[in-house]
Amino acid sequence: MTDQKWRAVISGIGELKPERKTDGVNTMDLLLRVSAEAARDAGLEPREIDGLLVGPQVGETPQHVPATVAEYFGMRPTMSNVVDLGGASGPGMIWRAAAAIEMGMCEAVLCVLGNHRNPVPPRSPNRNPAREFDTPFGASGANTSYALLMQAHMAEHGCKPEDYAAIAAGARANAQRNPMAIFHGKPADIDDILASPMVTSPLHLLEIVMPVAGGDAVIVTTREWARKSPHRPVHLWGAGEKITHRAVSQAPCLTSGPLKPAIERALRQAGASVHEMDFLSLYDCYTIMVAATIEDAGLCEPGEFGNWLRENGGMGPDARQPINTHGGQLGFGQPDLAGGMTHVVEAVRQLRGTAEGRQIAECHTALVTGNGATMSEAVALVLGGSE
Amino acid sequence: MTVDLADLDVPGPTETALTQPFWAAVEEGRLVIQRCGACGEAVFYPRAVCPHCWADALAWEEARGQGRLKSFSEIWKPGHSGWIPATPYLVGLVELAEGPTMLSHILSGGQEVYVGAPLVFAPTRIGRRVLPCFKIKQD
Repeated sequence: MTDQKWRAVISGIGELKPERKTDGVNTMDLLLRVSAEAARDAGLEPREIDGLLVGPQVGETPQHVPATVAEYFGMRPTMSNVVDLGGASGPGMIWRAAAAIEMGMCEAVLCVLGNHRNPVPPRSPNRNPAREFDTPFGASGANTSYALLMQAHMAEHGCKPEDYAAIAAGARANAQRNPMAIFHGKPADIDDILASPMVTSPLHLLEIVMPVAGGDAVIVTTREWARKSPHRPVHLWGAGEKITHRAVSQAPCLTSGPLKPAIERALRQAGASVHEMDFLSLYDCYTIMVAATIEDAGLCEPGEFGNWLRENGGMGPDARQPINTHGGQLGFGQPDLAGGMTHVVEAVRQLRGTAEGRQIAECHTALVTGNGATMSEAVALVLGGSE
Repeated sequence: MTVDLADLDVPGPTETALTQPFWAAVEEGRLVIQRCGACGEAVFYPRAVCPHCWADALAWEEARGQGRLKSFSEIWKPGHSGWIPATPYLVGLVELAEGPTMLSHILSGGQEVYVGAPLVFAPTRIGRRVLPCFKIKQD
């Protein structure tokens, strides 16, 4: 089906159950626990893993992050790095791991992200220019940035609050099929979403992810080594990446983001159309992010995401193109940077056919997106259940 | 909002040697912006070198103090607790007449706030510092 360029495959996954709060937990322990789960899933011994990609360890390990993690894990990798793309870090790790394997730098790469939720989390060490030119006006934090993106989107296209709220409601509905999700057993419909307190207009509380502790890990390896896994390998058909800015004020466009070219590149590499993706695993820090991604992916015209979603039959496993069957981060919880990796892990489950009570009937292809900062760091992956 | 913004205990700008002329002008009630002598582009926020052509040719000039509201948000739950007494308040993205966009505090003055609204520079004391705020232009 595709002009295969990427030879490395995904052979292992691990995911921790999110927790609202932790006390005295060391992030390294969370990372190691979820990594061990991914290694077992891949059928690999620890010593066989010779590549390591980690995220920035905010507040704990400002420098020498790969060496610190490798030492803690008892690893001596021949390739390691920090991937620092916010919510796009997880998907960004996958193609970097594949590229490193392709270049002969290593055979099996552990990609791991996670964080604790101990009392008094450190304030963001984020400094200039956002600290100097945004914070003094009363605009600190991601919520306001995405509110500004959403207000611009509403003004340009005339979309209604209930269109965006339907995304949060769809995520909650999906979370009811995932016992791991933080909002499992806590459904919320469109009225509930719109009745939740306004945080920063037009964003309501339930349109914003819940921060949780947790972790996700993925093993990327060669096709040969992937045979050690009891699961069939998941193939990387295409990848795309784009970074455009950091602060929302510097965004080249408020209603379309860098995922547009990233998705285009990933689909081009895969030789696939977005309309034939069996599963859409779309980064969802806020409702507006999914709305903008549906439009940037070319699933519908700009401003038409609400109608498209209704015609799609919602977001569940029975929808025309199911979205975020694990509940998305809006339903699962956002385990810090691992939130972006939950979209990779769920796509792997769907393509393997191991998503149990939420399995999509025929799932051979998946589009995964990652998004960081202020709709400014983007990674897209096209994954396939076969070569 | 009933509180006087000058009474807030909120973080001010973290000025550097490079940005000092910008903040000094604001303190005097003026808005200055950089322009590149090589490519002619206006630049905000301040840089040492032009981000458009990478020439070392940036110079300060007086901005017109006019802008357009590209987007806005009414903040009910601020990211910094010092802002709580001022809630709800407005922030917005101001597209300056010179081209660049800056984030700012928006004073509605009872006027309707909408995307596309014309804005004028309104230097305002917030906490201990005068900041380059904007207000909706009177009809």
